[in-house]
Amino acid sequence: MSGLWAVALKELRQIRRDRRSLLILLFIPCFFLFLYGYALNFDIRHVPLAVEDRDLTEESRALVAAFVRSTYFDQVASIDRPEDMAALLDTGRARAVLVIPSDFSQRIRQGGVAEVQVVLDGENANSATTVLGYANAVLADASLRLGGQIRTPIVSAAPRIWYNPELRSTLFLVPGLIAYLATVMAVVSTALSIVREKESGTIEQIRMAPISTLTFVVGKTLPYLVLSQVSAFLVILAAMALFGLPMRGDWFTLGLVVALFLVGALGTGLLVSTIAPSQQVAFQASMLIAFLPTLMLSGFIFPIASMPLALQYVTTIVPAKYFLIGLRGVVLKGLGAGDLLGPMAAMGAFAVVVLALSAARLARR
Amino acid sequence: MRSRIATLIWKEFEELRQSPRLFGLLIVAPILQLTMLGYAATTDIRNVPIVVVDGDRSQLSRRLIEQFDASTHFDIVAEEMAPSGVDEHLEHGRAWLALVVPAGFQKAIERGGPASQTEVQILADGTDANSSGVALAYAGGLVSSFTAALAAERGERPGVIDGRVRVWFNPELVSKDFMVPGVLALLLLVITANLSSMAIVRERELGTLEQLNVTPLSRGELILGKLLPYGLVGFVDVLLVVTVAVLWFEVPLRGSLVTLLAGSLTYLLCTLGLGLFVSTISSTQQQAMMTTTFFFLVPMIYLSGFIFPIENMPTPIQWMTTLIPLRYFLIIVRGVFLKGVGFDVLWPQFAALGGWGLTVVALAALRSRKRA
Repeated sequence: MSGLWAVALKELRQIRRDRRSLLILLFIPCFFLFLYGYALNFDIRHVPLAVEDRDLTEESRALVAAFVRSTYFDQVASIDRPEDMAALLDTGRARAVLVIPSDFSQRIRQGGVAEVQVVLDGENANSATTVLGYANAVLADASLRLGGQIRTPIVSAAPRIWYNPELRSTLFLVPGLIAYLATVMAVVSTALSIVREKESGTIEQIRMAPISTLTFVVGKTLPYLVLSQVSAFLVILAAMALFGLPMRGDWFTLGLVVALFLVGALGTGLLVSTIAPSQQVAFQASMLIAFLPTLMLSGFIFPIASMPLALQYVTTIVPAKYFLIGLRGVVLKGLGAGDLLGPMAAMGAFAVVVLALSAARLARR
Repeated sequence: MRSRIATLIWKEFEELRQSPRLFGLLIVAPILQLTMLGYAATTDIRNVPIVVVDGDRSQLSRRLIEQFDASTHFDIVAEEMAPSGVDEHLEHGRAWLALVVPAGFQKAIERGGPASQTEVQILADGTDANSSGVALAYAGGLVSSFTAALAAERGERPGVIDGRVRVWFNPELVSKDFMVPGVLALLLLVITANLSSMAIVRERELGTLEQLNVTPLSRGELILGKLLPYGLVGFVDVLLVVTVAVLWFEVPLRGSLVTLLAGSLTYLLCTLGLGLFVSTISSTQQQAMMTTTFFFLVPMIYLSGFIFPIENMPTPIQWMTTLIPLRYFLIIVRGVFLKGVGFDVLWPQFAALGGWGLTVVALAALRSRKRA
């Protein structure tokens, strides 16, 4: 037991001496949460729209007005010559172009159907999909308004949204950011702390000291576990204060979910450190096996359901996926520990596996 | 002078070669990341799990539900007898959307009835705001086209506007065509900036910087000798990623390869210069890596428009993004790949990148001279 404290104390002292790294560990996550939480969202509004109105009648102006009134589109230019359209889209000054043909009002008055063209910049497929949806909705609505009523009763959809009624992407992204930041902190700091001893040769001294591998490993990771738990809670509190992240569940379950995830992340760091000969390799390897999967395969940004099947199987071994289910479940849905047994078991299993693997590798030396 | 630089370059390559794991990472990492990003980074909405409650059990209600079933966007995962059965599915994330058709649906449509009976309810789990929003729009679209089809069957004019939406540059709205060129920009930044950030700090940690200082090597030569090998590694990565993007992911390369490579070189000047600069302000490798990653790489990745559109950001942050070289290079790669535009359109981005790169290399040279 005393050996454990000795190792932990030594590590703490080393952390304290390196001020910049300590600062990065504790406060940078909060700063990043602030920056990203504020900056990042998928809520698309004010798409720059260019209009080529060849009709110039009351009806055509009503259609243009419908686009602007929707608040999804801002009219940034009027096109007089058709060939100007390409330049506007090429340079990105307009992301959408509405083309109204010269017989637009005439056809409507004669009881026919008028064709209208909307051209979208599809470069960013993701936001273009959303813009496409907006454009179709505006057109469908204007189509009914301009044409007067039809006699068939209209089947309408009444959407109701649970947990996040305004569909604020912040509420969805912030838990993801928390997962990301926690991974970075936990994996990198542990990975580097042991490799550093290897590089400076001090690991030989420790090996000769009368402490077991287990004591060394636990003593090494304990300070980082405490630090990252503190850091994670600072981030969560900041998210609640700054971005109105709700807390619908209980703190105990939240603490449990965070702790389980962090143990797994620290274990990953440990495993990396047993494989990597230098800090440089350790860092690159943690990027590869921890950051990228957390960013790409956890459901943080990209929905897992849309991925190819093979990749969906891969996501089952990404602990951040379960952490996100747990985190979002507790804070947004108000689920308790009983509802989250599955994800928690998965995180626990992951932690046990990586810890066992790294212990085996450490013992062999 | 040339031979002195050549010796230094040779020494850097020897060091790279002696760390086979690092060398492996430089080749394996780009391929792995490209595969992951190419396949995973999609915000396309497909196979959204949906639970249905058919309160009417009529021909029309079944027809509406079949439309959801037939759509590639939705996947019916369960059917419940009563609306209360839906909660369970949404809570556990087994379904994202629920479609509830009210009793009396068909009768209300055929003989006219209260609007509440022709109104289908769509419940959505808003936790994933982005996907839910898009999925809701699709669901609304399916319901509208259902009405239009009913009206058309009765010989009524369903609407007066036939909206034809055409999408340029990426007509099928494939995410990968947008993401894969972006990965090129991202990988170059991560790999080359990280590598070069070690360049000087490692010599300092090992104590070999003193030895380099007593050689007749000038500061400029030292910087150049450190930049060139990593630049070459970066350039090999460019060729590798472009080849995989075009041949494997079938991303169309509409513009000229020369413009693309010229852009990559200008951009490499920025990323390598950035790494060198960090190297001169750090005292340990750990500090260098953490500084590069947390203060430069991660903010650049998030704020450059790589995933999150810059237009959606608040105005002060939009100003900040003008300082990010990745932003300009993303415009160049995506412009060349998807829009097929050339130097005539992209020259402002080239100018911004060139200016940024020269500034940061100059700063690095200045800092390292002070320390000598």
